[in-house]
Amino acid sequence: MTVQVPISLKVNGEQVDALVLPRLNLADFLREQLQLTGTHVGCEHGVCGACTVRVNGDIVRSCLMLAVQANNASVETIEGLSDSGEIADLQAAFRDRNALQCGFCTPGMLMAAQDLLKSEPEPTRERIREHLSGNYCRCTGYQAIVDAVETTAHARAGSAGAKQAS
Amino acid sequence: MKASAFSYARATSVGNALDLLAAHGDGAKLLSGGQSLMPAMNLRLISPDLLVDIGDLVELRGIERNGGLLRIGALTRHVDLANSPEIAAHAPLLTEAIAHVAHPAIRNRGTLGGSLAHADPASELPACMLALNATIVVRGLAGERRIAAADFFTGIYETALSAEELLVAVELPVAQKDSVHFFEELARRHGDYAIVGVAAQAIVRGGAFTDLRIAFFAVGDRPVLARVAASLINVAITPAVMSNTLAVLAEELDPQEDQQASAAMRRHLAKVLLARCVAGLLDRAELAGVSA
Repeated sequence: MTVQVPISLKVNGEQVDALVLPRLNLADFLREQLQLTGTHVGCEHGVCGACTVRVNGDIVRSCLMLAVQANNASVETIEGLSDSGEIADLQAAFRDRNALQCGFCTPGMLMAAQDLLKSEPEPTRERIREHLSGNYCRCTGYQAIVDAVETTAHARAGSAGAKQAS
Repeated sequence: MKASAFSYARATSVGNALDLLAAHGDGAKLLSGGQSLMPAMNLRLISPDLLVDIGDLVELRGIERNGGLLRIGALTRHVDLANSPEIAAHAPLLTEAIAHVAHPAIRNRGTLGGSLAHADPASELPACMLALNATIVVRGLAGERRIAAADFFTGIYETALSAEELLVAVELPVAQKDSVHFFEELARRHGDYAIVGVAAQAIVRGGAFTDLRIAFFAVGDRPVLARVAASLINVAITPAVMSNTLAVLAEELDPQEDQQASAAMRRHLAKVLLARCVAGLLDRAELAGVSA
């Protein structure tokens, strides 16, 4: 007697109305019903971080949230952050520093890194590692990822300083 | 894996949630942040017939101070605790402990009530409740019960909550003058469950403890208050006293063995943490190196 539940939410700024089974998690909803496949599904129990998305401005694990729980919420995925240009510099830094190889973890890494940079403009390497500690990468050894986030932080702080000076 | 099929109800009030629990009994599970429930469901460790989503019950959210008492609503998220000036001022142990709970994306959804009701013996907040002498407030159709934290946790994932009750809030005595706290856990990776951890709160006057509550976690089937702490009240803590205390602690604890650590390793690490804890609380670094 599991019936579909109507939900209404915003995804990357667009209004979405859908019918979902209660057991459908937000990651699968985004991928399978909305074809937003940038959100990756790795471990499906909250350990790997590949499914990280923003809900009402906060990063969350979309495999540990039901689609029905996103009713009335505003969800942003890697497609939204990418298309708006919000993380263009961070993506470029990942590319320049070879902070990805297979790329499976990258959407979640970018989500978590941008979350840190929004609240702490100039984090130490230790803080970067701490904030990304819930995101697994099996290719890079993390060093290049921390480099890319640090480079982006310095660049943003530099351009903010330049703007203030002018 | 994916969770198996279940029915879903969005509770409209605490009363409505209790009615649903009463109607479905053991087959129903409450859903708040879902950061422990969802992994268990995705791994098919549990397959409830009905999830009662209490996420919309705003009356269960928030932190308020009333005289000497801090009341924290069950749906208060980890991130809300971490950012709360009230918590930082009146229960700073919690502010420090929260940084060790999983990762930011988990702390943005996980709730205090959910963590306590889930009662993982390796998790941080249940032990903090013991150290802070908290009262757990639960509500059922028959009314409210107030349960001392020390009586609330009864085993691995087991609490004094019945299947028809809802944990609504936690009440903590506001930290007194001269109150000090200590938190440390040993884990393989930041954010992982602890191999052994300790949470403590004390009152220190004239270099001696006048009150001391030390809670260990991940050393048994529930968080435990170290009984040996009582022997440190109003005594001069010399290295010899400390060494003896560590030996007594090792006798007192009965840790489990699992893939992370043997019982002997846990006992050893608990002693290491106790020495660091007492040294930290008294601000006497030389005690941290004492061994039994």
